[in-house]
Amino acid sequence: MKIVIDEERCVAAGQCVSAAAKVFDQREEDGIAVLLDERPPAELAPDVRQAAAVCPALAIRIEE
Amino acid sequence: MTETATTEELPEFPAPRLGKCPFAPPPGLLELQDADKPVRRVRIWDGTTPWLVTTHVAQRQILSDPRLSATIARDGYPHTTEAMKVHASEMQPSINNTDGAEHTRWRRMLTSSFTRPRMQKLRPAIQQITDDLIDKMLAGPNPTELNEALSLPLPSLMICELLGVPYDDHEFFQEHAGVTNAVFKSPEASAATAATLRSYISGLIEKKMDDPGEDVLTDLAERVKAGDLAMEEAAPLGHILLVAGHDTSANMITLGTALLLQNPEQLAGLREHAHDEKYVANAVEELLRYLTLPHLLARRAVVEDIELGGETIRAGEGVIASLPAANWDPVAFPEPATLDLARAAAHHLAFGWGPHQCVGQQLARVELQVVFGTLFRRIPTLRLDAELDDLKFKEDSQAYGIYELPIAW
Ligand code: SF4
Repeated sequence: MKIVIDEERCVAAGQCVSAAAKVFDQREEDGIAVLLDERPPAELAPDVRQAAAVCPALAIRIEE
Repeated sequence: MTETATTEELPEFPAPRLGKCPFAPPPGLLELQDADKPVRRVRIWDGTTPWLVTTHVAQRQILSDPRLSATIARDGYPHTTEAMKVHASEMQPSINNTDGAEHTRWRRMLTSSFTRPRMQKLRPAIQQITDDLIDKMLAGPNPTELNEALSLPLPSLMICELLGVPYDDHEFFQEHAGVTNAVFKSPEASAATAATLRSYISGLIEKKMDDPGEDVLTDLAERVKAGDLAMEEAAPLGHILLVAGHDTSANMITLGTALLLQNPEQLAGLREHAHDEKYVANAVEELLRYLTLPHLLARRAVVEDIELGGETIRAGEGVIASLPAANWDPVAFPEPATLDLARAAAHHLAFGWGPHQCVGQQLARVELQVVFGTLFRRIPTLRLDAELDDLKFKEDSQAYGIYELPIAW
């Protein structure tokens, strides 16, 4: 799986970090989501899907 | 059929709670919930007839749709209170009341101050404050009242710290926050309170220009100094954060405590898992879902015709997404009336949805996780010192809550 974040859309709600802290973080200066792992291992896939599902700005895209 | 004849048959929003359970959304609201008809017209206090959206899926759709506007001065915007309607056209543009790129500009000014990693770093401080307040409560009179003893001081102390507002002023701003959130206030009282709080905040921002701290008002002061932001823009932002930052969490602590005391089995589970951060974090999401404080939100004005749930909603019409209804939608949360601290609840809409989702949500989460993980562990004999029927619930406030919660141990 490959993850893409749309920085323009991200509203820095931090929901992705709550759902998958191994894969997402927030930038210090503006809170925009950053990817720690663009291609996370399969065992993290459920957390990543959860992150995409709870992102209020629909800023996370998953390419399988 | 005339316009009046149609509107007279429409259900009223908000429906009265009447119900047996003061923690549940109004029965009249839940009756309107229908997966096949997620959108319907209702009548609100001023006789207008906006659309009400009742399902989880439809609300997520509209709250992230750029064809709906959060600008309260727009045609068709369904106003929550008379005061809001009267003052709508004079409202300064700010984070809660703008759209698109303009909203993004406001939002980005604040996001760095409330990121999840930053809020997690506050956990030890929040724990310390919570422990101190509980120590004080245990050393004081028994029974006592929870809002005074714990629910209000904790988030007030935190938001003061973050914003750089002196906590010594808490009685002053807590009172004004109460007025800000009241539904039945006069437009004059509302304007007076807003003006008082704004001049208070601009006074603080001015001080920070010469004497900076490490806080959000200092960040705003620097922007004002640099000419990026006018003082008339900075003050409302501070006002929103101060009011939203303590009143909501306070109500959640009090309501959540009362609800848990009514559900001894769930409470036992929480006590048993009090050291399991993951369990407690999910329990907080379930409490947020179940109680959904912003019971009158979220509201939007339609700027371009949209199709939703088989209806055409026209530009210039209003939409209300009832967040409690979404959070009690049986499709999204099976058996919604059952409090189940272990259920998957993170997809609730208690903080709203879309670009306007609450900026302070990660702060609220840490506060609630610490409180609910600590309170019942430290005071295992905690109990309600009143009949549920005698409690006064805040139906008349934009943030649902309980005015006073007598407790004993
Ligand atoms: S959940 Fe979405 S909006 Fe929030 S920080 Fe992550 S990507 Fe951005």
